[in-house]
Amino acid sequence: MGRIGVIFQRELAGYFATPIAAVFIVIFLLLSGAFTFYLGNYFARGQADLVPFFDFHPWLYLVLIPALAMRLWAEERRSGTIELLLTLPVTMWEAVAGKFLAAWCFTGIALALTFPMWLTVNLLGDPDNGVILASYLGSLLMAGGFLAIGSCISALTKNQVIAFVVSVVISLGFILSGFPLVLELFSGWAPQFLLNAISSFSFLTHFQSISKGVLDLRDILFFLSLIAFWLFATATVIDMKKAES
Amino acid sequence: MEIMVEIKNLRKAFGPIVAVDGVSFTVGKREVLGFLGPNGAGKSTTMKMITGFLTPTSGTVHICGHNIEDQPIEAKMRLGYLPEGAPAYQDMTPASFLTFIGEMRGYRGATLKRTVSETVEKVNLQSVLNQSIETLSKGFKRRVGLAQAILHDPDILILDEPTDGLDPNQKHEVRTLIRAMAQEKAIILSTHILEEVHALCSRAMIIAKGKVVFDGTPAELEGKSPAHNTVLGTIAGVDPLVLHHHLMTVKGVKKIEELGRDGDLVKFRIYPDDGQWILPDIGHCVREQGWEVRELYPDRGKLDEVFRLLTTPKQTIS
Repeated sequence: MGRIGVIFQRELAGYFATPIAAVFIVIFLLLSGAFTFYLGNYFARGQADLVPFFDFHPWLYLVLIPALAMRLWAEERRSGTIELLLTLPVTMWEAVAGKFLAAWCFTGIALALTFPMWLTVNLLGDPDNGVILASYLGSLLMAGGFLAIGSCISALTKNQVIAFVVSVVISLGFILSGFPLVLELFSGWAPQFLLNAISSFSFLTHFQSISKGVLDLRDILFFLSLIAFWLFATATVIDMKKAES
Repeated sequence: MEIMVEIKNLRKAFGPIVAVDGVSFTVGKREVLGFLGPNGAGKSTTMKMITGFLTPTSGTVHICGHNIEDQPIEAKMRLGYLPEGAPAYQDMTPASFLTFIGEMRGYRGATLKRTVSETVEKVNLQSVLNQSIETLSKGFKRRVGLAQAILHDPDILILDEPTDGLDPNQKHEVRTLIRAMAQEKAIILSTHILEEVHALCSRAMIIAKGKVVFDGTPAELEGKSPAHNTVLGTIAGVDPLVLHHHLMTVKGVKKIEELGRDGDLVKFRIYPDDGQWILPDIGHCVREQGWEVRELYPDRGKLDEVFRLLTTPKQTIS
């Protein structure tokens, strides 16, 4: 086990050593259930699929993931442990990746615990399990994207409330970047190629195309490269900000 | 002497503010270097650069021959660092925290277990091993911090205010621990407590406004005090003028300062030329005159005084 693994393990255990794990998982399961059944009309639709379940994931993540990510680096900076961590024989990249992967794995665990949903739909009908698997994968990738954004914002401030609010706003921008709300901000003055670029950043578009069961490499690469970019930004921000105690 | 830490022209600027301004020094094995200076003088910033946390604006740091910027991993492996305030992951227990540090330092399996338990014994953490760190007293928290710094038996220890905020018993414990380790390591510690320099350090360095204003032994530091090797005395029933007249004839006496009178008692301080040792000659003179002596003792000078002299803007001594 390398140093990324050691950090990963400590972080992951940290979620379960505090009430964070229980609170996050319970609320995630409750909300995803409530949305699916009440807002998504799971039963009334009369279709054996999990579309109403996955449709709400971007919005659930919008609130829950920044809450999970806000402590990633803000807490390290506030308590001074960042100095401890970064003076151990470890590279910045290993520290950023280890912490991110632990948080991502944690959301993966929460996501996996929605398996009764999958059982239910299989019990009630004959769904396309390939589509469901693809949707789960897409959801996990999207969660990683939100987490990477949250990680970077968390590195910018010692204040977790600020980290949360800013992450939510930026995440919202990424969800909606293909929609008029965001595009109209640019449409007056920005050239068309920029508008196309912005709308191609929409989490919603990429997630929806994956959850249709079409595992396009471009959608997967979109999320992976987005994660890589924000983690790189995280490392850069930490490096710039660490002089401020 | 084997050089462990070599620092050349270290400089750190935060925007227009220069926190550390051209600091150079080396520290060898078995040396305990005490870093002194007012708050904001650049002590912590210097330590953060030595440990590789901050990148210097210019200048170099070598740890056992490894440049901290070019070979950070190799350098950091040789270092143990206790940051200011001994930060630790509060929701962990000392046992799990030290295991984590051990793993980060590359220990695994039985070696890891043995190393952790040896360290726990060294700093006496057995009784709180499975309590979460946030519930521990300040003294124990500091010991946890020390434990993580010494776990891998590093050649170099950097301790930022290791005894700050501890009670006298805890201070004593921490100092005993540091003294025990000084035999085989190079230690740099920062402190506000000047008595600590006497108790622990083989060398003292004063930093003010990012520059080294003094570098020498604690005794040399004392020697900078205007009161160094002066003689304080109280004598009964003698006319101060007579006293003055006779004492001024003693060899090596430069100046006599009357400190006060109380009835027929006269209190005075005698300053020597060039800090020389004049007590025996004074004693001889006093006995010869048959004066009634109440007190007669030498003053080594106060480090506090030197500290103030060296770190306040108007420097009266060089």
